[in-house]
Amino acid sequence: MKINLERLSWVDVFLWVFRVVAIALIIIGIVNTLSSGKYTSEQWGTLIFAGLAQGSIYALIALGYTLVYGILLMINFAHGDIYMAGAFTAVFLADKLATTGFLAVHPWLSLLLLMLLASTISMLLAVLVERIAYRPLRGAPRLVPLITAIGASFAIEYTFRGLYGPGFHSYPDVPPLMGDVNMGTFAVPRVQLVVFFAALVLMVALYYFVERTKMGKAMRAVAEDKEVAMLMGIDIDSVIVITFALGGALAGAAGIFNGLFRPQGVYFFMGFVPGIKAFTAAVLGGIGNIPGAMFGGLLLGIIEALGPNLFLEGLGIPAANQLKDAIAFTVLVLILIFRPQGIFGERLSEKKA
Amino acid sequence: MAAILTAETVTKRFGGLVAVNNLSLEIQHGQIYSVIGPNGAGKTTFFNCVTGFYTPEEGKIIFNGHEIQGLSTDRVTRMGISRTYQNIRLFSNMTALENIMVGEHPHLKTFWADAVFDTPRFRKEEQQALAEAQRLLDFVGLKGLGDHLARNLPYGAQRRLEVARALASQPKLLLLDEPTAGMNPHETGEMIAFIQMLRDKLGITILLIEHDMKVVMSISDQITVLDFGTKIAEGKPIDIQKNPRVIEAYLGRGAASGLTPANAAAN
Amino acid sequence: MNLTQEHTLDWRTAARNGLLGGTIILYFGAIGMVSTFSVRNMVGTFLNLGQILSIMGAIAAGLITGRTFLKADQRAKVIQMGALSGLLAGLPPLILIIMGTLVPNSTMFVNINAELVEILTFGLGALVGSLALIVVSGLMGVLGAAFVLLGEKYRKALINALLWVLLLGLFSENAGTVLQKFLGTSAVRWLFQNKSLNPIAAIIIFALTFAFSLFGVGNKGKTKIQSLPSEKQKQLRLIYIVLGLVFALALPWMVGTFLSQVLFIVGLYVMMGMGLNIVVGFAGLLDLGYVAFFAFGAYTMGVLTSPGGFTGGILNFWLALPIAILVGVTFGIILGFPVLNMRGDYLAIVTLGFGEIIRVLAYSNWLAPIIGGAQGVLGIPTPSLFGFRLGKPEYMYYLVLLGSLVAAFIAARLRDSRLGRQWMAMREDEDVAETMGINLVQTKLLAFAIGAGFSAASGAIFASRLQNIFPNSFGILVSINVLSLIIVGGLGSLPGVVVGAAILVGMPELLREFAEYRLLMYGLLLIVMMLAKPEGFWPEETRKRELHAKEDWDNNDADAEVVGAAD
Repeated sequence: MKINLERLSWVDVFLWVFRVVAIALIIIGIVNTLSSGKYTSEQWGTLIFAGLAQGSIYALIALGYTLVYGILLMINFAHGDIYMAGAFTAVFLADKLATTGFLAVHPWLSLLLLMLLASTISMLLAVLVERIAYRPLRGAPRLVPLITAIGASFAIEYTFRGLYGPGFHSYPDVPPLMGDVNMGTFAVPRVQLVVFFAALVLMVALYYFVERTKMGKAMRAVAEDKEVAMLMGIDIDSVIVITFALGGALAGAAGIFNGLFRPQGVYFFMGFVPGIKAFTAAVLGGIGNIPGAMFGGLLLGIIEALGPNLFLEGLGIPAANQLKDAIAFTVLVLILIFRPQGIFGERLSEKKA
Repeated sequence: MAAILTAETVTKRFGGLVAVNNLSLEIQHGQIYSVIGPNGAGKTTFFNCVTGFYTPEEGKIIFNGHEIQGLSTDRVTRMGISRTYQNIRLFSNMTALENIMVGEHPHLKTFWADAVFDTPRFRKEEQQALAEAQRLLDFVGLKGLGDHLARNLPYGAQRRLEVARALASQPKLLLLDEPTAGMNPHETGEMIAFIQMLRDKLGITILLIEHDMKVVMSISDQITVLDFGTKIAEGKPIDIQKNPRVIEAYLGRGAASGLTPANAAAN
Repeated sequence: MNLTQEHTLDWRTAARNGLLGGTIILYFGAIGMVSTFSVRNMVGTFLNLGQILSIMGAIAAGLITGRTFLKADQRAKVIQMGALSGLLAGLPPLILIIMGTLVPNSTMFVNINAELVEILTFGLGALVGSLALIVVSGLMGVLGAAFVLLGEKYRKALINALLWVLLLGLFSENAGTVLQKFLGTSAVRWLFQNKSLNPIAAIIIFALTFAFSLFGVGNKGKTKIQSLPSEKQKQLRLIYIVLGLVFALALPWMVGTFLSQVLFIVGLYVMMGMGLNIVVGFAGLLDLGYVAFFAFGAYTMGVLTSPGGFTGGILNFWLALPIAILVGVTFGIILGFPVLNMRGDYLAIVTLGFGEIIRVLAYSNWLAPIIGGAQGVLGIPTPSLFGFRLGKPEYMYYLVLLGSLVAAFIAARLRDSRLGRQWMAMREDEDVAETMGINLVQTKLLAFAIGAGFSAASGAIFASRLQNIFPNSFGILVSINVLSLIIVGGLGSLPGVVVGAAILVGMPELLREFAEYRLLMYGLLLIVMMLAKPEGFWPEETRKRELHAKEDWDNNDADAEVVGAAD
């Protein structure tokens, strides 16, 4: 690209400065940390596996954002809370299964039951939200469904607060998931591997659903062009409902995985932060793009796991782990500045959408 | 006469699709210049390249001696190009006068602090802006409709209002995207006269996209014909009417010869 | 959809409405609203808010059913269908009674318990109470439907009277303290007993307000003003403004310290609302991280003025205030820059992320040496004016009143200027606005920066009133609160901000015991507003004018269609 000084506006200049500073800070942080030799490669390995497990949970939630965005071009702001609904409801069943001893005897069956329950609840809620808050506003100015989505988000949170109370709950331990798996020089908690692979299976299943089945094809057609799809005899409403249902079901499963991975902290607001982070993951991979959401989720998980030690400590920031949440949001801002279409997103047209 | 707008080998692609292919043309001061072609020929894409909405991958667009390709839309407008849209795009929840006053934007100078402190400078400028908007409203024949919401105006009035809004920025070059679309013959006739008046009275050069061959043939000084993004002919109306490639592009291969595009469109 | 509904207008419509109404009550009961609300007595000790809530579904169902049948010219069926709706509205809550009776101490559904059963069954026991609930619901359905049959005049009067009684009952404590100054202690003691309205007083108030609105006092005045020449109207408006100002100035002395504090908080939110209204209402940029600027203002004030803080309190309030605003504006620009050429919905999430980053940073040890981390900033001095400490909420109210007026003035001036038109154009159609020569980034940045400035000023005043600030005062909930209030008032409307703040900030401050449902209500309100009344309760004046313009054009619409079809 030819650089023409006369044409550069001050906005561009500022953005370039911002970009250079951001990259410089990241590089300085990494170099400082690595040269200090404070962490061994085994420690980094442990962090990466933890990041992958967390990232696969983000990826599952991110798929919900991406599916809905692909079809309706709207951010389903309440998606994080749909994730919460499944996890929060299933925690009571988990508790019951643990106290009756069923969980210890049939751990895998129990997990399946929990996943079914969480996915069903999340799925129903997603469909309900679509029906009440989004469908009547299809075709309204963009700001309008976004506002109802924010409203839905808070309504869901505080509905569940009212239903199940404001207290914290936690998932019970699942015996076969305890312990570590030896990876040569370091050990990885078994639960992380299980969560990662189970999430992977779900993601692949979704991918095949969208690519191979008739409904999946209909979904892609609607994403491409609603009007043409309608002319082809596709029932848009039912495609949209299926989309929300799929996203909800995946989010529900993610809720259970999260419960296994980090059992504590199940409460009505638990979906808020993972929601924004999963959205970040979706944007990172290119929103509307299914493999993008998967990859973005995993990448975000790893960045977040490594970030405090790798970038922040090198910059001399104390207690860097406190800033873990800020890293994901910073990634969101950076990705939107550097590559708004995401890693896998096509550059449709800079100004079109 | 000097060229006001020159396009040199402009190419715009969308992925694999070449929307505008190697297009060169030259518009002289005071001309009414038409770009015609079948649907999807790349006419509006070319407009979008000129106004800075798209950046062409290759080629140059030179306006009054300045290269403008890739400049942001607002800067292009401030250099003296303004446009209307094929599917009218007014600020529909603003009044007609407000719409025009938004168009005057490039010529208003007061700072926002002037507005807060209600400085004499601000008051004077607002009064002038309002008077100018009124004048433009009268000019396009919408006298007395200034306080109506743009979306509540009848179709023909909306088209005129869009032209008034475009004129408000005092352009040297006005891009009209199918200004007579959806009009009945009577209104079309009025619009033709109106466009000619713009050129004759205000001295504005006009670049026109139009489907209605009667309009094109009756007012254009020069015509470029696009097909699949490529220029297939250029010349005066009389030459274009006879050009076999143009007839082919419009009517398809093997169509009855002897039919001029004008006749075809009239049918 | 509509067509089929009209065709099958029979008992099924009524049944559907009834079950829907009942389901909503089931929902309110399950999340504990009925139980919590029953703490507030409205009239005497026998009618509380929880009971009103639990029969609301039946009334609403009856009303809607009645109206539907009336519209379809089936006047004869109105009452019986209303009754059916009401009866069926009593069914879903039975689930609560059954669950609450079978599992009185559920660990899962914490609010479905014996207490709720007690309220829903009127204390009559599960079996008799359930029957009673259905019967009462049926009656309420009949009442709701019968209401439709009244003449419009009577309906208005009835609503007026009911509102008066309900509001006085709801806010009996606060109303009592205010009225004490005018009516004397003994009269107030008689009016309000047990923190609720005396039943006899309730009947008298009902009768009085009913009679007043029936024999119309209010409406005639309005039409009279409109018929006046515009010169006179202007004068009248000026008089109204002066009267309003006098009222606003006298307000804290009429209502006492507690309510002054509430007014102070409302004022803070009005200031913030004025700012966010510029960002969202004028410019159409959905900013969910608005609290960040509030935090910048508050922390700047704290750090600069607190003697125990980082700077040791080098400045006083009046010197720190402009710096706080400047810091807010600066950060508005810095944060705005990278995000402003993003599309609307991205902007919403990114600003939300910003808000969270700010909160995380406020808690962090990293910045703790300056802003105190989780300990916050303590001992911020109260502002004083010419040696006079503005220690009481009454005085701080004046400060925030002044701030709100300045904010409203600036917002109004900008709205009617070139910048206001730019914002509006951008909100309508960004691409076309840019084609009009508007520099989008610059224009958005101005909206962002000005909005940030208002918020920072509000935060600074907040800090100096509270004296101690902690990171948890600056959560996402503040942003949502401000957003909700401008939407409820009417996006882009300045009086709407005040109305919204009064409803969404003032009322919850008075109804503290329901605080846990505050955000639920906001969330539901956002949805309902967008579905039913997107222009808000007090839309922009121009919008009203424009709606009138539309009526003029209705005749011409036909012509427009002919023109459009001619091609």
